[in-house]
Amino acid sequence: MDPVILARLQFTITCVYHFFFVPLTLGLSILLALMETMYVRTGNELYKRMTKFWGKLFLINFAMGLVTGIVMEFQFGMNWSEYSRFVGDIFGAPLAIEALLAFFLESTFLGIWIFGWDRLSPRMHAATIWIVAIGANLSAFWILIANSFMQEPVGYAIENGRAVMTSFFALLSNPHLWVQFPHVITSGLTTAAFFILGISAYQLFYKKRDSEIFLRSFKWGAVAGVIGISMVSLTGHSQAQYMVETQPMKMAAGEALWETEDPADLSLVTIIDEDQHRNTFDIRIPRALSLLSYNRFDGEVQGINNIQQEYEALYGPGNYIPPVTVSYWSFRAMVGVGSLMLLLAFYALFLMLTERLPKANFFLRWMPFAIALPIIGTSTGWIFTEVARQPWIVFGIMRTEDAASPNVTVSMLLTSLIVYTLLYGVLIVVDIYLLAKYAKDETQINESFGDAVA
Amino acid sequence: MDLNTVWFILIAVLFTGYFFLEGFDYGVGILLPFLGKDEEERGRIIATIGPHWDANEVWLITAGGAMFAAFPNWYATMFSGFYMALLLMLVALITRGIAIEFRNKDIRPKWRSTWDWLIFGGSLVPPLLWGIAMANLLLGTPIDADMTYIGGFWNLLNPYALVSGLAFLAIFTLHGAAFLSLKLDEPVLDRAFTAARRIWPAALVVGFFAFGVGFFVTDMYERLGVSLGLVPISAGAAMLAAGWFIRKKQGGWAFVMSGICIAFSSITFFVGLFPRLMVSNLNPEWSLTIYNASSSPYTLKVMTIVAAIFVPLVLLYQGWSYYVFRGRVTRDSKLEY
Repeated sequence: MDPVILARLQFTITCVYHFFFVPLTLGLSILLALMETMYVRTGNELYKRMTKFWGKLFLINFAMGLVTGIVMEFQFGMNWSEYSRFVGDIFGAPLAIEALLAFFLESTFLGIWIFGWDRLSPRMHAATIWIVAIGANLSAFWILIANSFMQEPVGYAIENGRAVMTSFFALLSNPHLWVQFPHVITSGLTTAAFFILGISAYQLFYKKRDSEIFLRSFKWGAVAGVIGISMVSLTGHSQAQYMVETQPMKMAAGEALWETEDPADLSLVTIIDEDQHRNTFDIRIPRALSLLSYNRFDGEVQGINNIQQEYEALYGPGNYIPPVTVSYWSFRAMVGVGSLMLLLAFYALFLMLTERLPKANFFLRWMPFAIALPIIGTSTGWIFTEVARQPWIVFGIMRTEDAASPNVTVSMLLTSLIVYTLLYGVLIVVDIYLLAKYAKDETQINESFGDAVA
Repeated sequence: MDLNTVWFILIAVLFTGYFFLEGFDYGVGILLPFLGKDEEERGRIIATIGPHWDANEVWLITAGGAMFAAFPNWYATMFSGFYMALLLMLVALITRGIAIEFRNKDIRPKWRSTWDWLIFGGSLVPPLLWGIAMANLLLGTPIDADMTYIGGFWNLLNPYALVSGLAFLAIFTLHGAAFLSLKLDEPVLDRAFTAARRIWPAALVVGFFAFGVGFFVTDMYERLGVSLGLVPISAGAAMLAAGWFIRKKQGGWAFVMSGICIAFSSITFFVGLFPRLMVSNLNPEWSLTIYNASSSPYTLKVMTIVAAIFVPLVLLYQGWSYYVFRGRVTRDSKLEY
């Protein structure tokens, strides 16, 4: 077995799993901060109960994100030591700063928020959850600086066979970062909105009780959902346009576009024959890819084969084509669930504004399942952006096959892969059990604050 | 002082902070099943570290990040080399973190006792493994000319490393007992003192033994000048003083002393290691040092500026969080929000 494949598989599993929890933390922390601020400003107990109800679910989710995050930090050194040596000068800095600036903030103030209801003034207490929200979203900012360097290396020079930082400012102003960060942040908001919509719908439809808190929550979810998914679509669009310019191979793989076209058509359904470099079945919308790429009905979009030739001239002989089928379908899945969420969010807002919500039985019945949509969207989005960058680990300067630890054997990789998979498998069962328990449980909604543990 | 030295010191400070803070967290977790006679008592024991353990663990995360940023070769060699040990540690840290956060989320006794034992196990493993890892950095491991660790898991389990692991375990447990004696009231308080009294001799013996073995198998002491000899001596004196204060039932002072013992032992270790980061036992020339393993001067400069601004800030607000939760956790305390 190829150790690099195993290391990649391990990274995929641990990273996607970690990212099940991260977006909800990003978005829900902001919404919780807003809820508690409303409570402090209006004195309305309803907001306090909302903060408490969603806060409990937030904490269960946060714990999972926290513990699976440590694995990510250790993994670069454990499985990718050559990568760590090669880019450590650049890549390590945002990671260390993330811990120093964001993790300390997040963890310290979350501890105060959880246990500090009776120890701080309401105003101070609300401030702590704001700091948690800022810390969480700051951590996303710093880790995306690191990831953006892998997508688009900037501010570096190669010295003595390794990349060294020449401009910290260039890392911070990496254009890739500024199309990626808004996309990730707003997808966090969307994830939180659908979480709230789904659970509120469950409570309204299946439990038919305490409708005040869940009607209000539904309202928040609908508004946040519409804002969130609209922004996700817009930022995703700008990201795709940027990708056409800077990582044309990624776009070509995402569209299964083998030959350069002008004007270019957008794929609806394509069945790919990767070995023969062709598609066996293809339905495309004429000119739509040019439209999406350049906001006009013509314009050249490069194909995989042409870029391959170009890269061979640039980087030497080799295969520069990423796994096209995985890239294509993960891209499809992301855009597909994104479009579905756009519809659902606007429909939820429509139901709310026209006061048809209580009678929208079909919608309420099925909305709880939509909680999974943003999770599918963010997972497939990351799979697309990482897989379609292959064979590069750092675009243009380091190949994934050269990045793994030379001293870590197949049996070590297999052991760790099995251990993580088993552990994560058990944990997800416990996590879902607890989330479901707290999402369903009605007693706690009416429970007063600061109750001692039974 | 060059920036390489500054970053060596900063990473030493981060590890020392981690050992001091998570040291008592681990101790509390280890003592949990023995000091808490019922559900309510165990809940209170966990509540003493509830608001803090996560932020304390960030000291480790930051130390790891700082290694990566300032000495990428150290990070790469150590993490790929100590692979199975770190895997074990990650499993322990994941289990423990989840156990602490989830134990109160269900009231069934079976649920809670299961998580409590996982907290125990997850607290027991990291001290052992850190003791083993630290000892091996100094003792020397098979590292080749390319800075690659070419040994296996069993290379790490030499007698010196095992004694060091036990020393970490015993001293952290003592530190945890001292912490609990500060944070709880009767009847658990009394049990915490009893536990501290019983652990103290073990911590004393195994701690001195680890330092003694280190004298023979490492070059740690050759590097300590006369003035620096005071550091390990102070660590030993603090350990003795801790025993005395435990006897006098002065929890505050006992905690200060176990803390000083941990901090000074850690400083002794890092001074002994300096300017090396990982000793190669194949060829001294192949050891990783703060120069051959470091980042570029530019990156070190950027990171120094960032650290100079934010480390004091972190200390300030983390200190404040301990102030907010000052005082003992009693039967009337609200353990959950």
